[in-house]
Amino acid sequence: MKVKVLSRNPDDYLRETKRDIHKTPRNYDPNLHPFESAREYVRALNAVKLERVFAKPFVGSLDGHRDGISCLSKHPKQLSILLSGSYDGEIRIWDVPQKLCIRSFVAHDGIVRSITYEPKGRCFFTLGDDKTIKTWNTAAPSSPEDEEPINTILSKTVVTGISHHQSKPIFATCGEICQIWEESRSEPIHTYKWGVDSLHDIAFNPIESNLLATCASNRSIILYDTRDTGPLRKVIMKLRPNRLVWNPMEAFIFTCANEDYNLYSFDTRWLKKPVNVHVDHVSAVIDLDYSPTGKEFVSGSYDKSIRIFEAGKGHSREIYHTKRMQRLTCVLWSLDNKYILSGSDEMNIRIWKARASEKLGTLKPRERTALQYSEVLKEKYATHPQIRRIARHRQVPKHIYNAQNELRTIKQKIKRKEANRRTHSKKGEVPFVPERTKHIVKEDI
Amino acid sequence: MTKTARYFTAPSEEQKPNAEEKTSQKRKGNVGRLKNKKPAFPKGKPKKTDIILKRKPNPNPKFPGRAPIPEELLEKHSRGEGIQKDGIRTKIHKKRQFDKDLSYEFAQKQAARVEILLTEEDGILEADPGETTTQFRQNEIVQNVDITAATKFFELQLRDFGPYRASYTRNGRHLALGGRLGHVAAFDWVTKKLHFEINVMESVHDVCWLHIETMLAVAQKDWVYIYDNQGIELHCLKSLDKVTQMQFLPYHFLLATANDTGFLSWLDVSIGEIVVQYNAKLGRINMMTQNPYNAAICVGSSKGVVSMWAPNSRDPLAKMLCHKSAISALHIDPKGLYMATAGNDRTLKIWDIRSLTGPLQIYNLKSTANNVAFSQKQMLAVGMGNILEVYRDCCVTTAKKGYLRHRFNNSIANLNFCPYEDVLGVGSSHGFTSILVPGAGEANFDAFEANPYQTKSQRKESEVKALLEKIPSDLISLDPTKISEVDVPSLREKVEATKKLLFVKPPKINYDPRRKAKGKGGSVKIARNKKILQEQAKKEFVKAAKSFKAELLNESKNEQKEKSKPANVLDRFLPKQKK
Repeated sequence: MKVKVLSRNPDDYLRETKRDIHKTPRNYDPNLHPFESAREYVRALNAVKLERVFAKPFVGSLDGHRDGISCLSKHPKQLSILLSGSYDGEIRIWDVPQKLCIRSFVAHDGIVRSITYEPKGRCFFTLGDDKTIKTWNTAAPSSPEDEEPINTILSKTVVTGISHHQSKPIFATCGEICQIWEESRSEPIHTYKWGVDSLHDIAFNPIESNLLATCASNRSIILYDTRDTGPLRKVIMKLRPNRLVWNPMEAFIFTCANEDYNLYSFDTRWLKKPVNVHVDHVSAVIDLDYSPTGKEFVSGSYDKSIRIFEAGKGHSREIYHTKRMQRLTCVLWSLDNKYILSGSDEMNIRIWKARASEKLGTLKPRERTALQYSEVLKEKYATHPQIRRIARHRQVPKHIYNAQNELRTIKQKIKRKEANRRTHSKKGEVPFVPERTKHIVKEDI
Repeated sequence: MTKTARYFTAPSEEQKPNAEEKTSQKRKGNVGRLKNKKPAFPKGKPKKTDIILKRKPNPNPKFPGRAPIPEELLEKHSRGEGIQKDGIRTKIHKKRQFDKDLSYEFAQKQAARVEILLTEEDGILEADPGETTTQFRQNEIVQNVDITAATKFFELQLRDFGPYRASYTRNGRHLALGGRLGHVAAFDWVTKKLHFEINVMESVHDVCWLHIETMLAVAQKDWVYIYDNQGIELHCLKSLDKVTQMQFLPYHFLLATANDTGFLSWLDVSIGEIVVQYNAKLGRINMMTQNPYNAAICVGSSKGVVSMWAPNSRDPLAKMLCHKSAISALHIDPKGLYMATAGNDRTLKIWDIRSLTGPLQIYNLKSTANNVAFSQKQMLAVGMGNILEVYRDCCVTTAKKGYLRHRFNNSIANLNFCPYEDVLGVGSSHGFTSILVPGAGEANFDAFEANPYQTKSQRKESEVKALLEKIPSDLISLDPTKISEVDVPSLREKVEATKKLLFVKPPKINYDPRRKAKGKGGSVKIARNKKILQEQAKKEFVKAAKSFKAELLNESKNEQKEKSKPANVLDRFLPKQKK
């Protein structure tokens, strides 16, 4: 006879002292863990609810400007530094984590139109309505009275936008015409012109660094190559593009914020139609900025809201708004991919989290694994109706809610009317126009 | 010498390049520095182009990689085959699914490998040649096991308060006893520490632990009472009256009860509300058990039918005719694979409970089994009168003879295997006996599911965790994995959905009349307007419904027409069909 009965030694299962952690023997036998999928579903449901509970994206605001914010610029090397220009010609430099203004001076007569840093961050360029392009040292002078630009260039034409080359000491401005400048010279080394229309935004491609794009007031986007003598190509849209930003990871993609409430992502190799139309804003989109990963971008609109889009998707994943925030003038995505900065009409710069429910600060390992686990669960059960409903729900201000309804009815009306016309006319007379080609007039070479 | 299996790869071989490689790499680095002015040791990841030399595989390696995983372990931790990728249309989704499957496979392998870390081994009882295991008496077994295990065999002589029912907690640490004549007691049966002992002064029909060992439900003469572990009455549930059987569903926090008049009720113990209560129309319910796999409640009836019930439907989820006579006992094994039923026809049948087919086995007993119970390792205890028999490997294969036999002095009232222990608790009319059944219990527990050694703080934490993960009662169905499957409506569902559209009632409109100036519109006028509007809406609805119906009918007609296209040349001379 051979007999053995289960008898466990309690010492193997109990902690030795009170300061020890409890012993937790595991057995991954699926039979000991019943209702696996149902429990996971409940966990996913809890996780998605908690995500909404903790979604408090507003971090703080930087106030001090005496007029609306006209432009923002991030330091290419330092995360804590932010540069802002306002409608009264004042420039302020901010220490973002401390929410302090560390330097301020009046740079221009009238509006500061645009600011850009030199890629190493040693100096920055500002340009204003007084037709001057000024270069400033990043290091603050000993006293605020000594605030003097390193260099001042008087432009012959109005200038409205500036963008710096990624590596060479070259920058480009737009205004009446597109001009390429060298830092050390007071005359442009190149000028480009296509038609008579003025240009209001300009952007150097950060990867394909000789490529340049501008937005013109005749509703067109023009591409230039700085090694070439003339402009390359242009695409004319139905309404004016306000701002253009290159994807920092995909050299051939740029996105423009448009007056017709939408954003359009284009592929430079194929300008006939945008690769994606990003809808959701209910008023003109004023500014946008890509995240450093190139996977998402943030847009600020005249409808007093900020939206975050995934680069490949047509609808926004997030909307930020506050009662006091007025029309957005500029937005930025910080280089650590964690924060969003927005400047608006009512003189405030706001700091937001890029992921609304993210916990700030360091996470303990257990906390991090728990968050990762719930993230995976949310993804796994994302299509379940209840989870999807909670994850998608956003409270929006009444004016946006009403405007959305109005836009919806308008869209339906147009659709209905078109369908009616189609049924009562010859076959093929009223063609189906895809949404992506609807907003493009033509492409010129 | 046998090679020892290794479960973790040693990094030694892979990371040490031989001397030749080192020098060549160095040389290459130097060249690069001269030409490109790059640092010899670039920061960050080495580029792929840097490593050119390939390591030759060792023809007879000392350590041949990771140890293979036994097939049966992989099978045990498998979550199914995954979906077929032929049906996925786009490449990107195929790739996504492929990646997902890889991670599932990885998890499965890891889980299988981790089995080696399990510390405890199952109990065994083996007979020498010429002996059988049935011949061993309990006192022989007790004499041959270690002293702690020997204490697990004990007998409580409680002659006065008559047939006892028992219940173990989910971690197998605590035991509650309920004597028919009102004796209720709870104790930590391992240390024999008594929590409380009371007489409720009325009949006790069933006892059942709730999710933790501080709460105990007792079905008394009229109502169900909940006591804490000191015997203090916490609740009296008057909505559960004349209860005969109770089952606690731990993951749903539901106390399922069946009563004298055939009512089934599910009580959510976390919020104290009845989820649903209805008459199962089975008459008095004497036998009830839960299926631990899907939380369905199984009820055995005097007609030989086992029916399965869930709170979200008033009809049984399934019905099985198991015996031609009345069912005397039933139980489902903790894995939810097999069901054992015993009938008054002195048979014992084993059923495959997942496919609802069977019987897998039919055993003819010497007398009617009044009690059956499965252990975690699928041993089956059968109580017949005062004789207890335990069978091993009786579900898939036919057990030729019993594993253990035990004779009591009086009839058995209740059988319960203790989870995570080799112990069977037998309630009888003269007390309670805990006997040893080697190999009955699961040796290795998972501390996050059920921990026999949990402390108070651990209990509190796990209670909170469990409450957060409470599964909604409407997810109870025969297939618990349904929630993670693709929701494809069957043809019948589709047809029913369209059929339903035909019988939609016209919507009621809420008409709130604008308040007019005094004297402009009386209540008569308002009522009339309301009626007019409602009729208008109804007419519109009927009109729309008519056209819709016509469309539906046309569709089916068109389909028929297409089918009956002329097959013959001469069909054109047939009379034309009217439209």
